[in-house]
Amino acid sequence: MAKAELPLHAPGTQLDKGYIGQSVPRANAQRLLQGRGSFIDDLRFPRLAHVAFFRSPYAHARIKRLDFSKASKAEGVIGVFDGRSVAEYCTPWVAVLAHLKGIKSPPQHAIAIERACWQGEAVAAAVADSRSQAEDAVARIEAEWEELPVVVDMDEALAGKRVIHPELGDNICFKRELDTGGVDEAFATADVVVEDVFHFGRHTGVCLEGRALLADYNAAEHSLTVYHATQAPHMMQDIFSRHLNIPEANVRVITKDVGGSYGIKVHVYADEMATAALSVMLRRPVKFVADRLESFVSDIHAREHKAKVRLACTSSGEILAFELDDLTAIGPYSVYPRTSGIEGNQVVNLTGGPYRHQKYRAKMHVVFTNKNVTCQYRAVGHPIAVALTEGIVDLAAQKLGMDVAEFRRKNLIPDDAYPYTFPSGIKFEKLSHHKSLNKLLQLMDYQKLREEQLRLRKNNIYRGIGLAAMIEVTNPSPAFYGVGGARISAQDGATLRLEPTGMLTVMCSVTEQGQGTEAVFAQVAASAVGVTLDKVRVITGDTAVTPYGGGTWASRGAGIGGEAVLLAGRALRSNVLDVASQILKADKATLDILNNEIINRLTLETRMPLAELGRVAYFRPDTLPIDFQSELTVTRHYTPRQYGFTFTNGIQASWLEVDPDTGFVRLLKHWCVEDAGTLINPMLVDEQIRGGVVQGIGAALFEECLYGPDGQLLNGNMADYLVPMAGEMCDIVCAHLETPTRQSQLGAKGVGEAGTAGAPAAVMNAINDALAPLGARVTAMPFTPQRILKALGKV
Amino acid sequence: MTVNGSPVRRRIPARQHLVDFLREELGLTGSHIGCEHGVCGACTVRVDGDIVRGCLMLAVQANGCKVDTIEGLSDSGELEALQKAFHERNALQCGFCTPGMLMAAQDLVLQKARCSREEIKRHISGNYCRCTGYQAIVDAIEQVLNGQG
Amino acid sequence: MKAPSFAYARPGTLAEAFDLLERHGEGARILAGGQSLIPSLNMRLSSPELLVDITGLAGLSGIESLPKGLRIGALVTHAQIERSPEVKRHAPLLAQAAPHIAHPAIRNRGTLGGSLALADPAAEYPACAVALDATLVIAGKKGERRVKAGAFFKGLFETDLRPGEILAAAEFPPADKAVFVELARRHGDYAIIGLAGTQAASRKRFVFLGAGATPILAVNASKASSLEEAREVLGKDLDPPADLYHSSATKLHLARVLLERAWNKL
Repeated sequence: MAKAELPLHAPGTQLDKGYIGQSVPRANAQRLLQGRGSFIDDLRFPRLAHVAFFRSPYAHARIKRLDFSKASKAEGVIGVFDGRSVAEYCTPWVAVLAHLKGIKSPPQHAIAIERACWQGEAVAAAVADSRSQAEDAVARIEAEWEELPVVVDMDEALAGKRVIHPELGDNICFKRELDTGGVDEAFATADVVVEDVFHFGRHTGVCLEGRALLADYNAAEHSLTVYHATQAPHMMQDIFSRHLNIPEANVRVITKDVGGSYGIKVHVYADEMATAALSVMLRRPVKFVADRLESFVSDIHAREHKAKVRLACTSSGEILAFELDDLTAIGPYSVYPRTSGIEGNQVVNLTGGPYRHQKYRAKMHVVFTNKNVTCQYRAVGHPIAVALTEGIVDLAAQKLGMDVAEFRRKNLIPDDAYPYTFPSGIKFEKLSHHKSLNKLLQLMDYQKLREEQLRLRKNNIYRGIGLAAMIEVTNPSPAFYGVGGARISAQDGATLRLEPTGMLTVMCSVTEQGQGTEAVFAQVAASAVGVTLDKVRVITGDTAVTPYGGGTWASRGAGIGGEAVLLAGRALRSNVLDVASQILKADKATLDILNNEIINRLTLETRMPLAELGRVAYFRPDTLPIDFQSELTVTRHYTPRQYGFTFTNGIQASWLEVDPDTGFVRLLKHWCVEDAGTLINPMLVDEQIRGGVVQGIGAALFEECLYGPDGQLLNGNMADYLVPMAGEMCDIVCAHLETPTRQSQLGAKGVGEAGTAGAPAAVMNAINDALAPLGARVTAMPFTPQRILKALGKV
Repeated sequence: MTVNGSPVRRRIPARQHLVDFLREELGLTGSHIGCEHGVCGACTVRVDGDIVRGCLMLAVQANGCKVDTIEGLSDSGELEALQKAFHERNALQCGFCTPGMLMAAQDLVLQKARCSREEIKRHISGNYCRCTGYQAIVDAIEQVLNGQG
Repeated sequence: MKAPSFAYARPGTLAEAFDLLERHGEGARILAGGQSLIPSLNMRLSSPELLVDITGLAGLSGIESLPKGLRIGALVTHAQIERSPEVKRHAPLLAQAAPHIAHPAIRNRGTLGGSLALADPAAEYPACAVALDATLVIAGKKGERRVKAGAFFKGLFETDLRPGEILAAAEFPPADKAVFVELARRHGDYAIIGLAGTQAASRKRFVFLGAGATPILAVNASKASSLEEAREVLGKDLDPPADLYHSSATKLHLARVLLERAWNKL
């Protein structure tokens, strides 16, 4: 397909791409800046009831008895419910996908029945007039438990002496093996073989707004409206419908402002399903907002991996082969409907990703444990794959005595080698690794930085440079979930309507979570139709209003939703010109739209304002020819299909200082060069990258869900689970290359996860570069002072 | 107490903290609840001119006090410069932390004429933002304080 | 999470406060700035019947110069200490410590008295009080009594305060030199370990926070004649409890690093 034929005359600009490529501030930020957003907890409803959950204090225990007699009598209590009573209204689910062969998981209920399998799993719900009263009732629930043996350690889970779900036979949720062949030969003939084991701590998303929904069941209509802080309203509509047995047409999911999601809010949570069921049971609106403490034990976790990786190369520095053995633990259930097998699967797909070796062997096990469940969280699998790859690549370069940038240059897939099939089977349409590397080295003044590093080492100042090249999955096709049987849409749609006043209304199925979806859709729509940005209003997040679509995940909003908007915009533009040609009795080919007016395409002379066209089309169509009907509302859809995923590439660098006395790491600067195809709004892209990088820095330096041997989460509050704060962050310099995807007219790829994908590896490599002269090396994230001091032999 | 310049009189349970009072009793939902244990800063409001954690103060403790929230300072125009800078630099994404962040930033603006980036970072070091990575926020505050950045 | 139900009283006089405390006994808790108490209520970690808000009591606020040192009322906030020229002049250790306590919004509410009375061993002021050999002024129904900081902190969150008593003020004698250093993962976090060091009449005092159940005066290290020796003997002074992220050995190592940094500044 050809590159987008956007208006030649850019409204208000000199550029030929309209608003595409311009850093326009987001219109919808204004309400948030004044505290006038509309988050779930801000909604006020008549007869609104509040639910609080009684959660298991044990990691694994049989519920012998639940006594609600005191709780039911507490002030303001409407009802107290156990798993069995809720199960009458909400059917259980099993999270497996057909294309993840052999994946297994037991049925999960909205509220656990008989047994709790992790500390924090809800086993009862109290509904009351206020949240405080619901919590008072929860405090009065009496429970008798029989503690069961716990499986906490990954290796123990794999060994399977104790099986969490006996009916499944073992603790293995999913395993995958991949072998291109020739790996043993490659390692046998290699001049240099390096190997290391890397550990990745469990994280969680810590969205500042806790998970939240307000379910409002209307018994008269047998209809359910759910105000839901979710990334995927249509997916949730389908799920509420099927599990609560309400016709899909009677379920409406409305997503207003969402206080952060990062993948946390794209899953089906048992307590959220229970809230919806309770609304049906009680025939009134019920609200659940996860508080911070319950968020830590019930929001999905992610990334607990232990992986051994090996690399074989020649003495001249040519990488011959990678070998991977990854083990990851996901808690007691695979999470619905995306499953918890995807993260490990991604690690297998992506490890070694930027490089041109042809031999690859991987083995990966996903095991059940009695900890909170894990699932897809921003950059799913990428931070692990990138850290494994880049960590071992640095080690190989070190062993060869080669500069790490040169070593990468030697092995990155050449920029002219595309389309390219990677040994894991994934296909790259067009990447720009070498251009990116060059741009990065120039941006950070790599040579000068190396000189500075050497100079400072003489003064016992230990600074390090870490590089991390990466690839990123974006714009996923149905190959991600749909082929596995999940009712998750890979297509999205946009409806554009020219209003009588000449305003443009855009309705799109991709949701806004703060990343700027609505802003970029406005830019695309305005550019495609020929109106100024102030004439555009964007509506997202309402299954009753927008076309059907997947929502926000896997860096797909701009690339898929944006393309749907572009297609609809171009169609609407054509329809508007049809109307204009009728009104003006002029040849359509001589007309165009610029700055909210119909113009003469050649002379640029104004022919009529769009407001006048709208007036005629809507209120005086009697003046138009009898056989002409104006169509000023247009819907178009888009699904990427030519490639499984539209890969992007990028490279990051970290510059930091390690204090060898304290083991503290001070970040000095971070760089990211990213190629996300066509940039619609560079400022928003930079901010996606910066926010993502800091989430990755959190992984490298601070964040880990710590569990005791009894399966208790030890740091489940914001004082003890350390998220990155302003005081410790450094400035992040972003730069871009633009290699548009040719699958779409817009050419945009995704960018939401790139920062998070590469930052942990860059920071790890920088720390190890700083520690190298001291003979120390760390491979277990997060790199706490203690771990660094241990590596230095000081403790 | 006086909230955003208007006198308010309510009978409330002793256990209700200030931000719940503002949100539940007065419908001032701009101050957000992010952790309720004083760490995230989303509930930052101003009491008698000083910023406080709205979740770490009982509403009864604010008896007789002058309380300012994001809504009040938006309407009075006091936050205009910061809001404009935040908007231009996209120093917010999901916007959940933003009211608290603006209250903390304005506190610094009122205290200091000029500030280093490090001082700005320290001043907002108790306000958690998961989306931005903070740089744009620091830039925006710096722009207002120092007219640059 | 929301706090459980409790009653609230804001007495206008000390006598009224003592009366309330006596009547409610164990069920009553004193509320000052609330920056530690309210989070514990919001997490339902404690459930008092009554909170006695002492912020309306006269005589517990104010910073006052003494012939030798400084008297700081229990209700003086961290922010006031941070900004006070008197503190900077007469008790610079406190002025150095205050900015390490959490964040501005918390320092605006949290009080010196609250921090001392809570006796969190990871907090800054208790260590400073011991390092400066402060005297704590305790008000009770029967009158006022005074306790040296070293004797006030008795155990983990345990002080010499008896039921019904209220910490009224602390008196800080001057020091010739003072240094406060701590290591925290993030600005404003509780320190992994910290050190309040003073020197008066050429005698050093090193008091560690985050190093035990109370602020720990490093007796041996304080007496040492050289840094080498001080580092060496610190192992006899400290047996720090591990925290979530750091073992006892790591904390001892970091304590030695801080000792060196403080020593060089005294």
